[in-house]
Amino acid sequence: MRKFLKEKILQLIPTLVGISLLSFIVIRLVPGDPVMLMLGERGADPQVYMEMKKNLGLDKPMLEQYAIYMKNAVQGDFGRSLVSKRPVTKEFFDRFPATLELGICAMIFAILIGIPAGVYAATNRNSMPDYLLMGTSLIGYSMPIFWWGLILIIIFSVNLGITPVSGRLDVLFDVPTVTGMLLIDSLNPKVIEMDGLGPFVSALRHLILPTIAMGTIPLAVVARMTRSSVLEVLRAPYIQTAKAKGQSHTKVIWKHAFRNALIPIVTVIGLLFGSIITGAILTETIFSWPGIGKWLVASIHARDYPVIQGGILFIAIMVITINFLVDIIYTYANPKLR
Amino acid sequence: MSTQIIEEKITFKTQAKEFWEHFSENKGAVVGLGLVLSFVVLALLAPLISPHGASEVFPGMLRLPPIWADGGTTQFLLGTDDLGRDVLSRLIWGAQISLFVGVSIVVISTVTGTLLGLMAGYFGGKVDTVIMRMIDILMAYPSILLAIIVVSVIGPGLTNAIIAVALVNIPSFTRLVRANVLEIKERQFVMAAQTFGAGPWRIMIKEILPNCMATLIVQTTLGLSEGILSTAALGFLGLGVQPPTPEWGIMLSDARPYIQSSPWLVTFPGLCILAVVLGLNLFGDGLRDALDPKLKR
Repeated sequence: MRKFLKEKILQLIPTLVGISLLSFIVIRLVPGDPVMLMLGERGADPQVYMEMKKNLGLDKPMLEQYAIYMKNAVQGDFGRSLVSKRPVTKEFFDRFPATLELGICAMIFAILIGIPAGVYAATNRNSMPDYLLMGTSLIGYSMPIFWWGLILIIIFSVNLGITPVSGRLDVLFDVPTVTGMLLIDSLNPKVIEMDGLGPFVSALRHLILPTIAMGTIPLAVVARMTRSSVLEVLRAPYIQTAKAKGQSHTKVIWKHAFRNALIPIVTVIGLLFGSIITGAILTETIFSWPGIGKWLVASIHARDYPVIQGGILFIAIMVITINFLVDIIYTYANPKLR
Repeated sequence: MSTQIIEEKITFKTQAKEFWEHFSENKGAVVGLGLVLSFVVLALLAPLISPHGASEVFPGMLRLPPIWADGGTTQFLLGTDDLGRDVLSRLIWGAQISLFVGVSIVVISTVTGTLLGLMAGYFGGKVDTVIMRMIDILMAYPSILLAIIVVSVIGPGLTNAIIAVALVNIPSFTRLVRANVLEIKERQFVMAAQTFGAGPWRIMIKEILPNCMATLIVQTTLGLSEGILSTAALGFLGLGVQPPTPEWGIMLSDARPYIQSSPWLVTFPGLCILAVVLGLNLFGDGLRDALDPKLKR
């Protein structure tokens, strides 16, 4: 196990250097002069230009630029946003809880529906419900979620009027930020004293449609994976033994089969993290959800290069870390691989 | 000589027949094939069957509903958009754009990804390390994000969107081919070719590659659906193909302001994307089961 860990960590280093280089290069690969691009057509005042160039450190040799960039990055300094003038790190962590809250809800949605659906389909293999469930999950898997979000808005917000169209909270409520996750912050005793459960319900209602939009593809993946994983286990001899011993169907499925089918399912759930970020970029744009996905898209439209640079580095590091942890847990949970 | 050709024909025929027998067992795969074929036919025949031009504007005919709704006309079967263009015609021309974009992406990413995978798997050692670490870096970015980064550097547009999405699709091909090569290169026919003195490239292309074909074809179908979906997403975010090109993703984002008053403008382009992607995924699943029984789930 120790040797495996060492090998994995050694493999991680070039990747980390690579992604830091990539995010460093992005700003310098832009055709033309990035400073001119950032200043726009009107900002051609030579003094402002020089100042900006100096601020961005673009007046130094390339290697020195990278060294400075890495030194600052390790200390958590990714420069300031050109739009808000605030530090990129702060901007990121202000928005991250919103994305995290949505991501967690989407995963819970996917797991709560996907696992029972997958187990049901596996235990009723080749029956009508199985075909129906797997057909639906393939549709979910193929879903363009940017369209799915709009359709959900048309059905539930425009026609039925039961969910809000965008944002995280009704404007009449004011919830002080503690964790940044509104479902938790709105249960703050002070908030409850002022507005009762109103803010909590409002936050929950705002979460419904984005959660469904973002959770649909993970739901499909979890359901399909659960089905094939449970099917695999059901063929094993010890399941026959359990059945032969006269154990009840439910007990055989949930106690014997499901537990052993869980390893690949958990792995898939861990690896879905990357697609959650992709989902966040699209879902947040549709529902005006103030998270990092919407922030990144807006920054790209505004050519806010320090934000793009910092944002993609944060996300890449998160994805790598999570994949690394999944790898470790997977190996740990499966003695055959140790 | 002639008997040899006939024999070859027969084996090909029986192979094709056998393939079709396996493939048509899977009803979903046949439905998928149907969806994909109708999409291709629609795209190729766009100039013949689209009732109007894609950018043809009908002044005063703004946001007319589809024919079955109140106020719909036979002139515009699926209604008109906010500029008075025929939605049906734009969807049909959009199929052509999607087909072109999808095929370009798949060609670029298949060729590049396969070459990298062949080299990494066959040469091993340092070549393998360098290539696979590069692939690791690409895979650290969630797909759409990587495409967005590339587009933010090289700018939006049709060609750039193709390049961006193709780059995103490379890792899956490389990893797949590499895994295949690692297994195949230990087989005896490869060693036989080596003893005959065949060079590494000849062995890779002539001996190893044909044996990767089954998995590669399946991955190509899935890559096509992924490519079409990602390009539409980029278009939707305003970072891909630019208006007035009748691309399905752009049509969706253009329709967003009218989501309350003219929901059909949002509905149809998305349905087209869903139908094509679903068709390709069903078709790909069927292909995998028919071509590569090892991978059968």
